[in-house]
Amino acid sequence: MSTENIIEIRGLNSFYNSRQVLFDITFPIPVSRVTVIMGVSGCGKTTLFRHLTGLKKTAPGQIGIDGKDLGVYSETMLMAYRRRIGVLFQSGALFNSLSLNENIAMPLHVHTDLAEETIRIMTLMKLNMVGLAEFGDYMPSQISGGMKKRAGLARALIMDPEMLFVDEPSSGLDPITAAGLDRLIQNLRQTRGVTIVVVTHELESAFKIADRLVVMDDGRVLASGAPEEIRNSADPRVRQFLSREADSYKMHMEAYYERLLGDQWRG
Amino acid sequence: MVNPVRSLGAYALRQVYSAGRLGMFFVYTVRGLIRPPGKFRPTVKQIQFIGAKSIAVIGFTAAFTGMVLALQGYHTLTRFGAEGWLGSAVGLSLVRELGPVLSALMVTGRAGSAMAAEIGIMRIEEQIDALECMAIDPFSYLATPRLLACVISLPLLTSFCDALGILGGYLIGVGLLGVSSGAFWSGLTSSVDWGDLYMGLIKSVCFSVLIAWISTYKGYYAGVDEGAFGPEQVGRATTEAVVISSIAVLICDYVITSILL
Repeated sequence: MSTENIIEIRGLNSFYNSRQVLFDITFPIPVSRVTVIMGVSGCGKTTLFRHLTGLKKTAPGQIGIDGKDLGVYSETMLMAYRRRIGVLFQSGALFNSLSLNENIAMPLHVHTDLAEETIRIMTLMKLNMVGLAEFGDYMPSQISGGMKKRAGLARALIMDPEMLFVDEPSSGLDPITAAGLDRLIQNLRQTRGVTIVVVTHELESAFKIADRLVVMDDGRVLASGAPEEIRNSADPRVRQFLSREADSYKMHMEAYYERLLGDQWRG
Repeated sequence: MVNPVRSLGAYALRQVYSAGRLGMFFVYTVRGLIRPPGKFRPTVKQIQFIGAKSIAVIGFTAAFTGMVLALQGYHTLTRFGAEGWLGSAVGLSLVRELGPVLSALMVTGRAGSAMAAEIGIMRIEEQIDALECMAIDPFSYLATPRLLACVISLPLLTSFCDALGILGGYLIGVGLLGVSSGAFWSGLTSSVDWGDLYMGLIKSVCFSVLIAWISTYKGYYAGVDEGAFGPEQVGRATTEAVVISSIAVLICDYVITSILL
């Protein structure tokens, strides 16, 4: 299997207004592998996900895709990049006013001139792949959360993307549905060689599907490498995350008073 | 002293930024006319929602407004022995002013709020992000069909409103108050000319652009400035869409009237 990197993240910094949320993020995303980005809630993994999918603007020189700088992409280049990727959002992000069939067929209708019958067959194949073949005529409001995610995955895969980005595939799902999604992700990598990036905080799922793991904390990369390397990491924060230990309560008294009293504390 | 100045400066910058974004939103919406996806089916669907489903509410509003105009007009005109001008008074009021404005306000309340809420929900549920990730232009997909549908529907609704209002006025004036039918129609046809109809038409087209533009814009950016995406942001976007669209319609009405009269 090739170990070439399809995406290179080099010193990525990210801000919301003046608040910095990502600090000097650097790691590669190898082609045809499953890279899992994990970390506690609020560690910046969803912001990173938004940079990788082009939803948040990236400064020049910080993310390279096939050797080209995402930060200087024109609108046309960004559109071309997005035709190569599939994205599964945390909620599935299905369009409420369209049936599952219409949701999944939408990219084909917009980007191709395929005959209606061909589109119908392709849609049915993808629905079949995620186990929803009988639900094509249902509206998103008529199906469960897990089914929405699976339908979202079918839509993300309808254009046969080279890269698949998945945000929190297991969150809010029962263990059986979550395991089913994990198996689908593994199958995609093995049978089609799709490059997959998964953002999650579910340890079990992460270790099961990952070829490469990236652990984030407080906007920084704590560790990255093969699952075994992460499992054997000596970093205390990584160990704490892996052993699911709660943060011990530590509050600096001076900072506490300043937060309570503001400027009066200093005056 | 610095803090109020800084706050004022920040406020001014935010307003300039919002104005620029509103302008660019309109440019992107118009650009959507020549970009995929196809507009025919979504526009027809929106015409059905914005236009066809507004017929009943506009019909009731128009009929009762015409009836009230006839009642009020009759009692004023009889003081001067000029009740024969009732048709003229009802017709001119409706065609020039009340028809376009009432239709626009009804469409704002019924369809503008729904447009803002629907697009706002798409924003908070990441559906707009999903559109972008599928390389589908969200302006072209969401805003352009609604703009087209509004521009097609509102002039038709306004014509319907004018006709039903005049009919309501006729029923009260002629049927109830005893004004001569011939005097009513001759007053109407001699006073209302093509210029008045054009004015009403121009107004309704301008109002339709304003309603679609402001309502889709408010929904599209629901919660974006706050960085928070929840039901509260959708509710606020919906309220702002209705209030700002209504005020914009009334201001625009004055401007067009002052130019065309």
